[in-house]
Amino acid sequence: MTVNGHRLELKKRKKLLSSDRIMPIVLAIFAGISILTTIGIVIILLTESAGFFRQVPLLDFLFGTKWTPLFAGSQQAFGVLPLVAGTLMITGIASLVALPIGLFSGIYLSEYAPAKVRAVLKPLLEILAGIPTIVYGFFALTFVTPLLQKLIPELSVFNALSAGLVVGIMIIPMISSLSEDAMSAVPRSIRDAAYALGATRFEVALKVVVPAALSGIVASFVLGLSRAIGETMIVAMASGGLANLTWNPLESMQTLTAYIVMVANGDTSHGSVEYYTIYAVGMVLFVMTLVMNLLAGYIKKKFREEYR
Amino acid sequence: MKQTDLIRRIRIRKNRNSFFRTLFLASTFVGVVALAVLLADIFVKGIGWLDWDFLTGKSSRIPEKNGIYPALIGSLWLMMLTAPLTFIIGVATAIYLEEYAKDNWFSRFVRMNISNLAGVPSIVYGLLGLTVFVRMFYLGNSILSGALTLTLLVLPILIVAAQEAIRAVPASQRQASYALGANKWQTVVRVVLPSALPGILTGSILSLSRAIGETAPIIAIGAVAFTRAIPDSLLDSFTALPVQIFSWASMSNRDFEHVASAGIIVLLIVLLSMNALAIFLRNKAQRR
Repeated sequence: MTVNGHRLELKKRKKLLSSDRIMPIVLAIFAGISILTTIGIVIILLTESAGFFRQVPLLDFLFGTKWTPLFAGSQQAFGVLPLVAGTLMITGIASLVALPIGLFSGIYLSEYAPAKVRAVLKPLLEILAGIPTIVYGFFALTFVTPLLQKLIPELSVFNALSAGLVVGIMIIPMISSLSEDAMSAVPRSIRDAAYALGATRFEVALKVVVPAALSGIVASFVLGLSRAIGETMIVAMASGGLANLTWNPLESMQTLTAYIVMVANGDTSHGSVEYYTIYAVGMVLFVMTLVMNLLAGYIKKKFREEYR
Repeated sequence: MKQTDLIRRIRIRKNRNSFFRTLFLASTFVGVVALAVLLADIFVKGIGWLDWDFLTGKSSRIPEKNGIYPALIGSLWLMMLTAPLTFIIGVATAIYLEEYAKDNWFSRFVRMNISNLAGVPSIVYGLLGLTVFVRMFYLGNSILSGALTLTLLVLPILIVAAQEAIRAVPASQRQASYALGANKWQTVVRVVLPSALPGILTGSILSLSRAIGETAPIIAIGAVAFTRAIPDSLLDSFTALPVQIFSWASMSNRDFEHVASAGIIVLLIVLLSMNALAIFLRNKAQRR
């Protein structure tokens, strides 16, 4: 090899080495964007809601039972409980629909469905999961509510019931596919052992597969509920804009998310206390969903049954 | 125990089995039926209002004269910006986590962040975008603000999909590349990425279709509901398909229900064609 060729070779090798030295750093910087996003969310929620808490005491906010920030003067009240109640009401109704139906269809897909049926049903559920929430909201407002009004004449146009039902329909695919994943991960051999003892398919599902996959199933429930808490457009459209502390799902109730949309969509002036309410409300929402998500991760990890 | 008793018990257990089998099947069909009813309802309400004038017209106070053109263009702008941004950041993050990251605090922290970010409600991203992009960076209620917000929102979806695709590339292919004298970066770019590309593209399309349907964060950053202006730069204000549908659906005049339905049909067609593309890519990848 000539001297020149040798030098070229060295140069090439140097280039190779440097790409291996630089690229991990460049990639790590991109990976850091996820960290920045989280930090950004926490910081803006803290600093902007600080502007709110300078004017409204924290305890009044957390335990007040009246939420009328957009009213004038002495009518203004900043108790977040009606919004929390609305959120919990919607989530409760949604879970009555979605937890059993989601779990049952997860069991069907994992334990009963022949391969051909599965191949048809799974994509259909995926389509259901891919439909934008604005479409569900429209469906709740213009189809489900009028339908329910025929059955329950006293139902108001905006109500928690139909919003909750449709949120439930929305999270069915999520619960179904996550719990199905958990059940499919249960090894074939322990199913076969139960079948060999003469168990029926239902007995295997109920007494073997579901207990073995329980951590994953419960995690899917918690994630589904968290999704329901954070759902925005369905409730903004179908449940109305009245922060109403009530046990009656036939009335309009406002959720945390729907309030933020209402204010953001209106023309509240930047810098006013009404404007800062959306950050305080966003903070409550963020903490609620974060706790649920951490809980789901914890359950999944802590109570996992290991089979080898 | 007498034999007749045994037979009876077996029959009861079998009956219970078939009862629950029917119940589980019926539950699965609840979702399918809901999907069918939803689509049929919107189709019936909207199809008569969907014509060329609707696609090329602008929004109006008169229901019959409404059109979706500015919203369609706004959504296209958002897609064209969000797609490359998420692709670059998402794939880079996935490569870092799968190929380079050692098990240290940084990579663990990144992983933890991604899984938590996936569960943050979209409206909270809207607040982030409003505060950081719209106000702090002075980008205003612009397409750019919207696209950046949506990018952060759908990033976790793409990262997870890309990670899975990269993980599915057999180690033997990497080893073959090293054996030929390639370094790590060359292996990643010329061996791992081409092989993982169909999976990454599928994830990319799915995350993009999520971005297109998002309403709440776009409203939060201040997309305008009724605009007749067609945006022609990144810093122009805009409207997008879901925001336009939302504002139609909130009108008190019942005729707007049909306008909104026609808008939803357009949105669903856009989404459906994107998903069809994703499925096509997935099948292509599986065939290899």
